[in-house]
Amino acid sequence: MKDITLGQYYPVDSPIHRLDPRVKIIAAFLLIVLAFIAGTFIGYAAIALFLCGITLISKIPFSSLFQGMKSIYFLLLFTFVLNVFFFTGGEVLVHWWIFTITSQGLVRAVFMALRLLLLVTAATMLTLTTSPIALTDGIEKLLSPLQKIGFPAHEIAMMMTIALRFIPTLMEETDKIMKAQSARGAVFDRGGLWQRAKAIIPLLIPLFVSAFRRAEELAQAMEARCYHGGKGRTRLKVLKLGGADAVAVIVLLLFTGMILVDKILLTQLFPLLAGGV
Amino acid sequence: MSIIIKNLCYTYGTGSLFEVAALLDVNLEINDGEYVGLIGHTGSGKSTLAQHLNGLLRPSSGEIMVEGIDLTNKKADLMAVRQRVGLVFQYPEYQLFEETIYKDIAFGPKNLKLPEAEIKERVYEAMTLVGLDHSLAERSPFELSGGQKRRAAIAGVLSMRPKTLVLDEPIAGLDPQGKKEILTLIDQYHEQYGATIVIISHNMDDIAKVADRVVVMNKGTKAMDGTPKEIFSRHDELLGMGLGLPQMAEVVRELNKRGKNVPTDIITQDQLFAYIQTHRAV
Repeated sequence: MKDITLGQYYPVDSPIHRLDPRVKIIAAFLLIVLAFIAGTFIGYAAIALFLCGITLISKIPFSSLFQGMKSIYFLLLFTFVLNVFFFTGGEVLVHWWIFTITSQGLVRAVFMALRLLLLVTAATMLTLTTSPIALTDGIEKLLSPLQKIGFPAHEIAMMMTIALRFIPTLMEETDKIMKAQSARGAVFDRGGLWQRAKAIIPLLIPLFVSAFRRAEELAQAMEARCYHGGKGRTRLKVLKLGGADAVAVIVLLLFTGMILVDKILLTQLFPLLAGGV
Repeated sequence: MSIIIKNLCYTYGTGSLFEVAALLDVNLEINDGEYVGLIGHTGSGKSTLAQHLNGLLRPSSGEIMVEGIDLTNKKADLMAVRQRVGLVFQYPEYQLFEETIYKDIAFGPKNLKLPEAEIKERVYEAMTLVGLDHSLAERSPFELSGGQKRRAAIAGVLSMRPKTLVLDEPIAGLDPQGKKEILTLIDQYHEQYGATIVIISHNMDDIAKVADRVVVMNKGTKAMDGTPKEIFSRHDELLGMGLGLPQMAEVVRELNKRGKNVPTDIITQDQLFAYIQTHRAV
């Protein structure tokens, strides 16, 4: 439970860490979109290499990255299996009972799995290199133009900051409640699905009550310090774009160009590489 | 013998970046019916040790026998241990979850798979023990006052009729009246059932009054073990560990600094008063 790398900041000083969070957020989005656009094995390989490059520059050990991937292992497997068996096209490779594996099905399954992997990696890289506060600052800044049409960018960013800040607190609380109920004979790790679902109630209810209680206390504390929402609110650290950010943006644009070229040209020229997807 | 602990070591997060040795070579024996006060600074290992007593944590190394059950054995019957050793956590009122007080107190016995009739008997018995009026049985736990909630939570552990009751800061955050009530009910359980009690507390005065034995934890090891009089007379050692002293022990300390030579095994108000009375006319 305590090993959720997806979302955990890895505090180290690197050129990537020092980039403006807005650039990193847009980069992550861009990479995810590219992962879904790239139509060829070369495209996926390029994106994977790009991410590896970023990992190296960010001085984050690959083991941290793999921790994040472990958590979606089941989802990856599920996606792969679903696509392999139920997407048909091209030549039939294996046929058994109602299950058929075709060449196109296999390729598609691999592509789907790759996309998921790249998506998770890009997202994980974002959170590993950007502190939660920087992240929400970045999101708030990016969304602030929308405030003109009434979108509560500041409030949303505040909600995210608070949620992130309370994750460790609530995890500790969960641990404590689990222990308290275990001490009274509750069992959480045995039994069928239904039994386990029922066993969670003595855990969820106190947790919910506790969360509401904390929310109320926090609201009062914030009000007592004159918090009144985003209007007229200033910050101590103002986000400013720098030279490194410009470099990053240029690199990203070039890379995007490459991927698009690869997709358009190679898909036309070498349909095999595209796997017909 | 209730609890036998030998060379117990426990490390949190073994192998990770956050590895912390919480308990180092702890040796402890607690006999049936003893009333033990477990004190120590924050991080000294008190709560970690307490969680070993009912199998919530298993030792990294060493031996621990609770009511005849060997907790180093992977196949140890945890349900049996948790029935014999009841553990009340700090601010236990935050674990209440059922629709009614009755159901919440019945949670423990239900997990023990006891028959309905027996459960009913135990729930009402527990409510009487903690001083909750039976009319409250059908109310929602969230409707009760803080003090009542705490008592309901304690009742939830007492309904399992543990032979050993371990309480982590049972009187934290209570007013003097509330403190008195809780300590009285613990005492009652001790007397009525001959139960073994282990209280973790920061409050030296209360420990000095109720415990027959004090165990002091310091940085993961057992630093001192003896009667309250023996332990609390060692002023300098206790202060050196970052612990406080019972108020009367502080008064004695100040008196002795001014050359009064008061015996340091005086730790309660009554004892000091008696001493002053007999040594007054000098």
